[in-house]
Amino acid sequence: MKAIVTVIGKDQVGIIASVCNALSEKQVNVLDISQTVLQEYFVMIMLADLSACSLSFARLADQLQEMGEGQGLDIRIQREDIFNAMHRI
Amino acid sequence: MIHPQEILQTIEMIDQQHLDIRTITMGINLLDCAHPDMDICCENIYNKIVTSARHLVPVGEAIEAEFGIPIVNKRISVTPISLVAAAVQAEDYVPLAHALDRAAKEVGVNFIGGFSALVHKGFTDSDRKLIAAIPRALTKTERVCASVNVGTTKAGINMDAVRLMGDCIKEAADRTASTGGAACSKLVVFCNAVEDNPFMAGAFHGEGEAEHVINVGVSGPGVVHAALKSLGANAPFDQVAETVKKTAFRITRMGQLVAMEASRRLGVPFGVVDLSLAPTPAVGDSVARILEEMGLEICGTHGTTAALALLNDAVKKGGVMASGHVGGLSGAFIPVSEDEGMIAAAQSGILTIDKLEAMTCVCSVGLDMIAVPGETTAETISAIIADEAAIGMINHKTTAVRIIPAPGTQVGDLVEFGGLLGTAPVMPVHDAASTVFIRRGGRIPAPMQGLRN
Repeated sequence: MKAIVTVIGKDQVGIIASVCNALSEKQVNVLDISQTVLQEYFVMIMLADLSACSLSFARLADQLQEMGEGQGLDIRIQREDIFNAMHRI
Repeated sequence: MIHPQEILQTIEMIDQQHLDIRTITMGINLLDCAHPDMDICCENIYNKIVTSARHLVPVGEAIEAEFGIPIVNKRISVTPISLVAAAVQAEDYVPLAHALDRAAKEVGVNFIGGFSALVHKGFTDSDRKLIAAIPRALTKTERVCASVNVGTTKAGINMDAVRLMGDCIKEAADRTASTGGAACSKLVVFCNAVEDNPFMAGAFHGEGEAEHVINVGVSGPGVVHAALKSLGANAPFDQVAETVKKTAFRITRMGQLVAMEASRRLGVPFGVVDLSLAPTPAVGDSVARILEEMGLEICGTHGTTAALALLNDAVKKGGVMASGHVGGLSGAFIPVSEDEGMIAAAQSGILTIDKLEAMTCVCSVGLDMIAVPGETTAETISAIIADEAAIGMINHKTTAVRIIPAPGTQVGDLVEFGGLLGTAPVMPVHDAASTVFIRRGGRIPAPMQGLRN
């Protein structure tokens, strides 16, 4: 299953590294990353493959969110399908 | 990969514009639960619902987590109970409502619809017993919703039923006087009721439906409002309609995705996506504010009906292409107490019941969640129902009345129902009597519109 990880928050050192580390610990493979800074806000979008992930989707989502809260970041993970459904015919 | 802007747009719709799946509703056939003994019939009903829907809430929650989209309600609709109970040898149908309520609580759904009767051409004995039980059933249960269909384009209007429902609504209000007549918020009187509506309080599982079915209702007035706002005040209506269409397409595609996923996981056939704009009392989730964004100072002023007609039509056009099967009520809802903008418009005195009636000619339902003074007579309520049913009958559309004659209240008072049911400003009705009209009884014959063969 593929999912989109979105990280939004105040820019700071090491955001990419910490999110990638967290994902790799859970055997989540990052396929693509796009990152930008919009009006001081850091926005990172990752396409991730969850087929080898060691956690359930809900647990992974909770852990990412918790990790984000500690750093003042909003981290969410959603199945890719919802974006395809909404933006592609 | 999807463009980052598109991803952020979706997240903004969910986070800031209240985009959600309003309901996943499982329809369950209860005809096989019939039994002459009331206790056994109730047990059959309870067991069938609990067995059929035990995974509904967990599956809904799992989809919610994985797609990151809120699914506000998980609900159940059942075969009209007047059909299921016809064989029961008992006069009082309230125990059947208790069975539905217990089952709803056991599986964790917040509403169960189908304490219903279809009497558009006449009453069976069972229909009469069911209608007599409605006020007590809605008072003594928490999650049961009732509906009665009093007319169709094909059959005309059963004016005896219209009269009966005026009394029924008054009794339901009086029995729940301490909560502002809250039982009436769970009672809908229909003309041209549909069999696959996922929205409460009017959902039931029609006779033409399969054993089980999953119907999904989408929402998103806030998203449409935000899209129109970015369009600016000078855009012509062609662009307004196009913007609503595109937005409705996106919203509905998400509904279709969730419906298919829920259907697959539950092993229950997919029925329809109901393309509705269903408001909530939250600021930024209002249909009235969409109409005002089109250029009306306050919803209800001149131009409102035209604005609503455009909105309703564009929602359907956008949604139809996004879903394999469209059904239910499909269109814009205008429940007064559940829409922050409608509440404000009613309080200003600009939005009146007469204007709301005109609006129901061009949108998906009818006079919905409207509080009127407690002294409003049963005959006046029946006459309001008759007017709405006539609009539905002549225009081949579903119309409904969900009205609350809140005991002890006067025009201008506010009645608090809480949660999604919101706050209803008590609206004025005309003082002139309709008593003689309603007491005639009989049937209004099927109109020419119904004779299409």
